[in-house]
This record gives sequence, structure tokens and C-alpha cells, in this order.
Amino acid sequence: MSILSLQSVSKSFGALTVTNDASFDVPQGQALGIIGPNGAGKSTLFNLITGNIRADQGSIHFEGRDVTKVSAMERCLTGIGRSFQIPQPFGKMTVYENLLVAATHGRNMSEAAVRDDCAEVLERTELIAQANRPAGQLSLLERKRLELSRAMATQPKLLLLDEIAGGLTEGECQALIRTIKDIHAQGVTIIWIEHVLHALTSVVERLLVLDFGKVIGLGDPEEIMASREVREIYLGIDV
Amino acid sequence: MAYSVTIQTPASRIAALLGIVVIVVLIALPFFAGRSTIQDMFFILTMLVLAQFWNLLAGYSGLVSIGQQALVGIGAYALFGAVILWGVDPVPAILFAGIAALVIAVPTAFFAFRLNGAYFAIGTWVIAEVVRLLVAQWKTLGGGTGTSLPRDATRDMWFVDLIKETLDVRSAAARDILAYWLALVLALVTIGCIYWLLRTRRGLALAAVRDNTQAAESVGVDAGRMKWIVFLSSAFGTGLAGGLIYMQKARISPDAAFSVTDWTAYVIFIVVIGGIGTIEGPILGVLVFFALQSLLADFGSWYLMTLGVLAIAIMLVAPRGLWGLVSERTGLHLFPIRRRLSGGRLKLEEK
Repeated sequence: MSILSLQSVSKSFGALTVTNDASFDVPQGQALGIIGPNGAGKSTLFNLITGNIRADQGSIHFEGRDVTKVSAMERCLTGIGRSFQIPQPFGKMTVYENLLVAATHGRNMSEAAVRDDCAEVLERTELIAQANRPAGQLSLLERKRLELSRAMATQPKLLLLDEIAGGLTEGECQALIRTIKDIHAQGVTIIWIEHVLHALTSVVERLLVLDFGKVIGLGDPEEIMASREVREIYLGIDV
Repeated sequence: MAYSVTIQTPASRIAALLGIVVIVVLIALPFFAGRSTIQDMFFILTMLVLAQFWNLLAGYSGLVSIGQQALVGIGAYALFGAVILWGVDPVPAILFAGIAALVIAVPTAFFAFRLNGAYFAIGTWVIAEVVRLLVAQWKTLGGGTGTSLPRDATRDMWFVDLIKETLDVRSAAARDILAYWLALVLALVTIGCIYWLLRTRRGLALAAVRDNTQAAESVGVDAGRMKWIVFLSSAFGTGLAGGLIYMQKARISPDAAFSVTDWTAYVIFIVVIGGIGTIEGPILGVLVFFALQSLLADFGSWYLMTLGVLAIAIMLVAPRGLWGLVSERTGLHLFPIRRRLSGGRLKLEEK
């Protein structure tokens, strides 16, 4: 059964069509990677799925329910979690409080009930030592980890990761991949936008290629990466 | 290993004890202080209430209102209306003041929430002016020239006789003492409720919305509802304060009750110099404001210019206000809200 289903979703900003008739399904428990050149509309696609922006046309179903017109806040409560491409921490709050907001509101539970869960997420994402530091003081890697941790604190069924490996060193990247694999192994469905291709292909089972807002390829990562169309458009290689 | 969360600090425990002493002294004040001290304290406490609510709006929710005078004015007029038209005793009539402000806040929020930032600020000011002009048409309550509370209403006010006998003072002094005690209760309840709110998960949501609204919504925070909660509760409290202030004055006019200088500009000054976004800030700010007012009272318009220059200077030098300076230097928080995680792996890390 597919956990997420997009049918003919379109979005324009003025004359610019950023998402053009996108349709695809994500089966429960799968890890799907999204690639495409800059400006292909990848982050917009995420914003459409999370409800941060609304689709002009088409419909989005999550767990069989039509969520096309549902707010970002409610979509989080139904089980869609996300990280932002540019980390957006609650800068004046501590790392632990960042997770606490997400857990208490995203799961609609009391602070006491989610305390250990939040601490456990911080342990898994290796941020526990930073728990009491203001989030605004974190390094880039730590901010990326916080994005992931905060999304995890809502206990999502579907986790959207937006270029979470970008800008990290190779060692940092490998550590992050381990964490994401660990999350995926627990049955969380993942959609991951990433330019760091080796990181992406080491985790995802399926790859979607976006160009000018259109889905131009969807399938097995190896086949997709080998296809002429993708190499031409995405990698800029003249074949 | 188990984790635990603490909010209190050793300093805040000492502060809480000192706070209790201060509260006891304030309650007992009428037994040993003169009438002018009581009147000054009434002024300080009511301004503190207004400042705490404006701070809740602007400092915690980013709703910079410059129309607080609408709520003070409507609260004051509701109290006069209830006393003059329906013969309600002035003390319970204060509740009408709060409710009237709440009622006016609903349509205000409906329109003003469509505006952001500076537009929201201007919008609230415009609405306040509209309300002032409408109230000035209300002939039964004196129209543009205003009116006074009827003499028998103030004479027979609840508790006044009791205070007169217990403290052996004249009626006018007894009314001031009553107003002072009510202001003290209102200020303590206001600070208590705001502190409680900030320590609940709604307080976390407020802080998250202030830091980043989009991210807050993405983790399940209902940002719109938080705005409504804050706007309506601060309207109710500001209305109560307005009713109480004019119960003590016993005389009202639209220009005074809807004064943008008295009920919004001074209030903003108090919060800005004290420290926006903290509970301690307005407390410190109101004391500084009162000191300046006492010192400069004889200098007329120089007084206002001094306030303005001082506010600008503090915004430039210490954007987080005087309390911001103090807590930066000392790490002191009288009303801590930070949740500190300890135990578990953190304990190992410390070792």
C-alpha cells in the first residue's frame, strides 16, 4: 500500500510553473530519493507535501486520506515530518527544547510523557551532549542533526529530508547516513532530496528525477543514474 | 539511565523567597504608608499590568500593538456604564471592564491579524481611534467631555467601610487603599498567569513561533491559535486594568481614557527600557519609569523628550533592555523558563 500518493499536482508562482503535473506513489516503508538540477522544484515539491504551500491543481493523499487542503500543522499531526534545506532552528531555545516543542505539539502529549523519547532521539542523532545549548549557537553539522532530530521527535511515519548532507565533510556525511539508515530500518518511510549522490544511493531504494517541475524519471537508482536522459539533463554530460 | 528536567535554579529559589517577602510587605503597605505612597504604588502596579500584557503581545508573540488605549478606554467606559446605567457596584464592575475589552478584541483581531508587522501596529492604532470617536458620541456617559462616578456609588463601594474602620482612615483614603489592593492582586495574578503560561507546552509553542513560525507549524504548532490566545487574554487583562485605573480616578473623558501616550507610549517605554521578552524587564522598567517621572515631573515637555532620547539610547546600546544587561552579566533569571535536561548519558558526558 502506498503511504503517499500525488496525482497531477501543479504549482505556479506567477508565470513560473515550479511543479508541473507531478504524479507518483511512495509505498509504505520505502526510501525514495529525489534528484534534479537547482531550480527543478524539489523543495517546492516538499513544501506541497508538507502543506507549507498549497497546490494549485491535483491532489495529495497521505495514508489514503486526501490532505490537499490540510494545513502544515495538521499534516504534521497525521505523521508527516520534515527537515528544512536551510536549517531553521528555534534559535533562542535549547536543543532539548527544540525537540520538546516538536514532541509535545506534533504528538499532542505532555512534556513529562515525551521527555525520555526526546532524550533518546538526541542520543541516536549524537546531539545529546548539546542538549542544553541554545540552538542558535550550533555548528552546521549540529544544525543539520537538529533538523533531523526535531523531525524525528514528532515520530513521523513519513520523513522528508531536504539536502541534509549538503555542506558536510565526508566523515560527517557517513555518520549522518548511519543515522538515517537506522531510522529507515525502523520502518519510517523516507523521501530524501540530495545532491550528494553517493550518500543518497547508499540509502534509497528508488530514485525520482525532477526537471523544470516535471517528473522525468522514476525507478531503480542504478537504472536511473545510467539513463541517457538523466545524464544529459541532470549531470550536464553531453552523451 | 533516567533523564530528568529542571527549570528552577538556586538563584531563582532565593528570588522566590525574596519575592514572598516583597509580596507580604506590599500587602501590609497601607498599614504603615501614607496616602501619596499608596497612590504612587497604585500607579506603578497598574502600569506594570499594562506593560506585562503588552510584553506578552510584542515580546512573546511578535504582535506589536499600538492600540492598547482602545482596551484601557473601553474597559474604563464599561465600568462607568455598568455603574451609572445598571447601578452595579464599582468593584464587581471591574469584571465588566475585562469582558468589554474581550468583546472588542474579537473583531479587532479578526481585522488586525490580516496585517503583519508595521501594518498590524498601525491597524491597531486606527481601530483604537475609531473606538474613541464612537465612545465620544455616547451622550449618556458625557459624550466628548466625559463624566464622573456618582457620589453614592463610590461612597457605598464594597469593602470601603471595612477598610475605614480597620485602618481608621477617611473614605477617600480607604478608596485608594482598596484600589491599591485590587491593583496588587491584579499584578500578582497577571505575573503568575504569564509565568505559568510560559512554563506550559503552550509557552514552548509561543517561543517557537517567535523564533520561526514556519518551522513551528511544521512540527505541529498551531501558530494561529497561539496568536488568538495571547491577543484575547492580554485584551482581557488590559481591560481589567483600564477599569481599575478609572475606578480609582472616578472621573473619565474619551481623550484621557483613550490616550495613546498614557496607555501605549509609556507602556512601550517601560517594556523597551526594562527588557522585552522577559517577565523581569517590565518590573524593572516600571520602576525606572516611575523614578524618571518623579524626577522630571516639573520639566513639562522636556520630560517627554528625555524619555524618548533615553528609549532610543537603550535600544541602540542594549537592545534587550536593562534587565537584558543584568542577566547577560550575571546569568540571573528571576523567572526561569529554560528546561535543562540532566541525567542519563549527559551525566556520563559531564564526567
